[in-house]
Amino acid sequence: MAYPNDRKYTKEHEWIKVSGDTGTVGITDYAQHALGDVVFVELPKVGAKLAANQSLGTVESVKAVSEIYSPVTGEVMEVNGALANAPETINQDPHGTAWLIKIKLSNPAELGGLMEAAAYQAYVAEKEKEATA
Amino acid sequence: MTAPTTTTELRRTALNATHRRMGAKMVNFGGWDMPVEYPSGLIQEHLAVRTGVGVFDVSHMGDIRISGPQALAAVQHISMNDAARLAIGQAHYSALLYPQGTFVDDVVVHRLGESVYLLVINAGTREKDFSWVRDNVGGFECKAEDVGDLYTQLAIQGPRAIDVLKKLTDVELAGIKNYWFTHGTVCGLKNILIARTGYTGEDGFEIYVPSDAATSEMVWNKVLEAGAKFGIKPCGLGARNTLRLESKMALYGHEISESVTVLEAGLERYCKFEKGDFIGRAALDQQKAAGVKRTLVGLEMQERGIARDGYKVLDRASSEIGYVTSGSYAPFLKKNIALAYVPPEHAEIGSMLGVEIRGQAAKAQVVPTPFYKRPKKAA
Repeated sequence: MAYPNDRKYTKEHEWIKVSGDTGTVGITDYAQHALGDVVFVELPKVGAKLAANQSLGTVESVKAVSEIYSPVTGEVMEVNGALANAPETINQDPHGTAWLIKIKLSNPAELGGLMEAAAYQAYVAEKEKEATA
Repeated sequence: MTAPTTTTELRRTALNATHRRMGAKMVNFGGWDMPVEYPSGLIQEHLAVRTGVGVFDVSHMGDIRISGPQALAAVQHISMNDAARLAIGQAHYSALLYPQGTFVDDVVVHRLGESVYLLVINAGTREKDFSWVRDNVGGFECKAEDVGDLYTQLAIQGPRAIDVLKKLTDVELAGIKNYWFTHGTVCGLKNILIARTGYTGEDGFEIYVPSDAATSEMVWNKVLEAGAKFGIKPCGLGARNTLRLESKMALYGHEISESVTVLEAGLERYCKFEKGDFIGRAALDQQKAAGVKRTLVGLEMQERGIARDGYKVLDRASSEIGYVTSGSYAPFLKKNIALAYVPPEHAEIGSMLGVEIRGQAAKAQVVPTPFYKRPKKAA
């Protein structure tokens, strides 16, 4: 899996793609694969204020519940309502149409603490090695 | 099967390397390193079993063989169903109980011979069960042996299971009734136990083959090959759990445990008071007279959210009245369902209850169970 270079990644397997002062947030391909078939998504309300590393909602597969954390501090501008009726798109297109929220960044400097694609790729490669050891 | 070298090391079935090669996600289940799902995913595996066929490696299950002149009396003493009713070649669901009427484990008892029984037990309780059985059959002239490591147990499940197994055996499978078994040649191996049993709510078979890696892998591959034209899928413990949940089959540590009684679990139809004394009977007699304080019900979520094991069940005033034992999205029914313990006054079909999900009450209705019942075959 090649992780796109146009965004940053967290250790909890979220991605954020920034355009102007707004970031689009989703979960990574590694995360969707680890979860398995996604059947439920719960997202915050538009207008909600989130701190970096605060839970923004949950993604549930048949067998697991996973909290999703906001990579940055800011205000929720938009949520992906289409996921309520089609949560499986998170498995199919986690880096594209299955984004979760759009957030207005209040402290863009926080992005500096996140991983670039190459670093994230190395990070998950290490995780996969552990899992198959 | 590889024996553990330390207590922390997970045990592996003979097919462990096969599962890994097939890309299965592995998890620790009751001390065993087991496949939870294969690359096609839990939902596809679940649907394959409901509509076609799937195969599970269930070699982690334990097996206890009880034989000898007083084997029947011993089995009657330690289990709640009436083993005297079993013909040779017949099996039934039963349970090993503590004197309190709670569960040591649930078991399937097979009568192998005139005075020989095979108890199939859960993986996570193997040591506990065996030492409990050994301790409690001491007064009978019989031998109890832990024979779990002798077998690789494969469950071939689904409406097409019979078509798959038919290709691998000379046994006339249609003649084996539900919960009966026979011995025959499978994949060229002689004297293989073939039982029409399972844990999915579908028709299907469980076969017990020698547990060496080469034989196990040969049989597993032949089953997949024979099933290819029926769209067979290797299935993991994830699908096994959702299949049994839709069919309301109990899982040890969830619906049944050391602290739940047979009557609370709603399993009294497998408990034969008329057969005479058995461990746990006195307590159950008492509880029967006094009435239970909680009972197992099926819930269907009416609002968004999935009830998960351990979540609180609430009444309409949002007071806590019980707890969820198993809950999931149900892949075939496409609903969010759960099993839960609640007081009998809340157990009526149609009752509207709540489940607390991340601090919020979500409506759930008591519904008839099993949630799923397989369609009756046209005669």
